[in-house]
Amino acid sequence: MNRFAELLDRLAYESSRNNKLRMMTDYFRRVEDPERGYALAAMTGALSFTHAKPGVVRALIAERTDPVLFDMSYDYVGDLSETVALMWPTPQRAHQDRRNAAPPTLSEVVHALEQAGKTDIPRLLADWLDDLDETGRWALLKLITGSLRIGVSARLAKTAVAALGDLQPNEIEEVWHGLEPPYIDLFAWVEGREPKPDARDPAPFRTPMLSHALEETDFRNLEPEDFVAEWKWDGIRVQAVTGVDATGRRVQRLYSRTGEDISNSFPDLVEAFSGEAFGELTIDGELLILRDGLVEPFSILQQRLNRKTVSTKLMTQYPAHIRAYDLLAENGEDLRPLTFVERRERLEKLVSRLAHDRLDLSPRVTFADWEALAAARRDPASAGAGADAEAIEGVMLKRRDSIYVPGRPKGLWYKWKRDPYNVDAVLMYAQRGHGKRSSFYSDFTFGVWRGEELVPVGKAYFGFTDQELLQLDKYVRNHTRNRFGPVREMDFSRDEGLVLEIAFEGLNRSTRHKSGVAMRFPRVSRIRWDKPAREADEIGALEALLKVTA
Amino acid sequence: MSLSDLLTLTPAGLYCPEADVHIDPVRPVPRALITHGHSDHARAGHGAVMATPQTLAIMALRYGEDFCTTRQPADYGEIVRVGSIDVSFHPAGHVLGSAQIRLKSSKICAVVSGDYKCARDPTCAPFELQRCDAFVTEATFGLPVFRHPDAAHEVARLMESCRLFPDRAHLVGAYSLGKAQRVMKLLREAGWDRPIWIHGAMEKITDFYQQQGVDLGEIRKVTAADRPKLAGDVIVCPPGQLTDLWSRKFPDPVAAFASGWMRVRARARQRGVELPLVVSDHVDWDDLCASVVATGASEIWVTHGAEDAIVHWCRMRGLDAQPLHMIGYGDEDVENMAAGEANE
Repeated sequence: MNRFAELLDRLAYESSRNNKLRMMTDYFRRVEDPERGYALAAMTGALSFTHAKPGVVRALIAERTDPVLFDMSYDYVGDLSETVALMWPTPQRAHQDRRNAAPPTLSEVVHALEQAGKTDIPRLLADWLDDLDETGRWALLKLITGSLRIGVSARLAKTAVAALGDLQPNEIEEVWHGLEPPYIDLFAWVEGREPKPDARDPAPFRTPMLSHALEETDFRNLEPEDFVAEWKWDGIRVQAVTGVDATGRRVQRLYSRTGEDISNSFPDLVEAFSGEAFGELTIDGELLILRDGLVEPFSILQQRLNRKTVSTKLMTQYPAHIRAYDLLAENGEDLRPLTFVERRERLEKLVSRLAHDRLDLSPRVTFADWEALAAARRDPASAGAGADAEAIEGVMLKRRDSIYVPGRPKGLWYKWKRDPYNVDAVLMYAQRGHGKRSSFYSDFTFGVWRGEELVPVGKAYFGFTDQELLQLDKYVRNHTRNRFGPVREMDFSRDEGLVLEIAFEGLNRSTRHKSGVAMRFPRVSRIRWDKPAREADEIGALEALLKVTA
Repeated sequence: MSLSDLLTLTPAGLYCPEADVHIDPVRPVPRALITHGHSDHARAGHGAVMATPQTLAIMALRYGEDFCTTRQPADYGEIVRVGSIDVSFHPAGHVLGSAQIRLKSSKICAVVSGDYKCARDPTCAPFELQRCDAFVTEATFGLPVFRHPDAAHEVARLMESCRLFPDRAHLVGAYSLGKAQRVMKLLREAGWDRPIWIHGAMEKITDFYQQQGVDLGEIRKVTAADRPKLAGDVIVCPPGQLTDLWSRKFPDPVAAFASGWMRVRARARQRGVELPLVVSDHVDWDDLCASVVATGASEIWVTHGAEDAIVHWCRMRGLDAQPLHMIGYGDEDVENMAAGEANE
């Protein structure tokens, strides 16, 4: 566990992809089986421990620490696992008898958790936490609560394994689906000790094609008739793959755009695509939540992301749906060498033949010239998107003759996002942030004028630079009028207060907010040190916008 | 007799009327006792200054020979009568020359800790606990999340990284006085036998350590021409230099930072550190609590740092504890992170 913890620790601080690879490859080279295989499983998301929940960890630490000291510490550190890892009372100092207990290996942890019942967990965990050091405890808690967050994708971990031998990452992908932790046969093959594990992936991931952001100047060189436009939907880009394995069993997988297998979070979709009619397909599309035929906002989709298991209630309440953009393969035929228009034709035929309510076609946006497209982008509701306009982030432009090129090729696909809206608001309340921003005042509630009164309209916690964060933090500390628990109320009036220029993507009516509006994706775009509070915007400006965007 | 009869808090800092001296004053005063040479505790411009010989020498190195009007060296353990108070300096284990200051009147004995640590440090005299009636302690790392590991373990991590990345320069941010030399000495103890490179800003103080008998092996000052050639080497520099233009000339530098703050991930990330080394010259939570108890003091004042937690802890144990909320000393988190070069 210690070596694995040390690896996770270093990966968490390293931003360079190449250096991450070197760290992982070095680890795989120096650590023996099966330990390294479980590490690979942890990093590719192949492990999940159903009984080990954050609640168990909270209960354990509550038994062992003073609640006041715990709260102070948690407030300072900003992360539960890390606070517990650091605060855990060390028996090494208190009871000499445990001093020589060897810390558990990762393999021991995995095996024990697999076999343990719910009631065994607290004792197991407590013993391990006693025997590990701070970094080990942190890694253990991150591992069992399923949130490593070390900036390593499954793909990167596999690339590191490939580098052990002289293999390409795709060669690992080809055999991956047939392998199980701790991947003894995989390492044996990569290190040249045994032949390649026999596995043809019946539902492989194909690297998706990505677009470039459109610059205003690009229009000079682009001809409208060369392009097809579609809405850019505000969901998550996915790849739905169906196939048949060697035993004749049907296989369905859902991949994120980085190749993470997210099928477990969407059993409803997996089930929907299990019919014979689905044959062997690779569909590129957007994952959305649809209710009564309408696309739900991203905040609703978020309820279903990053879950290892999903309740029936959640699936009924938020049914998942795929809006298809492209078709990469159909019944053994690789369609990627075809042009976009040819693939689109195949896709349209397929979607209408399947006629499944979980799958539809991303509609085309018709336009005569760039002016017309700009108008559609400004106001999708009037350009065919109707009530779904809120779920649209902008438009996509795809060259009619573009073949499907994995990666982000130049000159073929463009995204043209909507301009953000802006409003000048007054900082009203501030709270300390979590994670990287813990101990800084970095959660800001801001408001606009309604007559002589400020009404809160939203909350922003990013958009500023680290330098600006320090300035904002200082401002908050020096201009606090009241404290309500962790919340500081600022000095604000017609004559006093800090104006923040807030950028946001859209506006919804809200019964939860006093102001009656809720912003989507608000962030601080500028700090208006120069602007007096009385000149901040009025609520009327937002209400007018509501009429336009609704 | 309570501690407030012996010591009071003035705008310049802690003051002892019976001896007419300030301790670590933050503005110029006629008579000062100085615990150690870090710039937030040892400032220039006082009249008479009493401190250990090393602290006086460090102040002269930093501020010039005329940093005060008169100086009086005090050896560890030597008792000097000042007014009606017996004053003595005792090793604090923080940096070379650092001291706790003991003040004994006919009625009460108090110890002002200055900055201190109990962990091993091969570059200075070890902390010597003083029994007393009242203890005035720092609490820079006064939260139970701060438990400093064995510094040798952290240096081993640095050397492991040098093994893994022999093509990269390892830049270690460390405060110029104390931390830098401790890291160098620990590297030597761990068997690092290449020259250790230092930023010019720490040359004088490092020379002083060597003159004082702290053997750091071959130390070389980095020149502009050296920078691109130092793949696989360790370079010790002031923390502010890690993100400075200066650091970019090194081959794919690894930014390491030796500080107790590195215990908390968010702190390390905020500074863009890639290899945080938890090496602190202050007491950690466990040692702070243990020290408070071991002094036998019934009255505790907490000068600076995370006062609230340790005050709470003391009160839970029936000790009379007060936070002083003193300003001007080191490490209030935000200022520290912003300034980069504040003294830990």
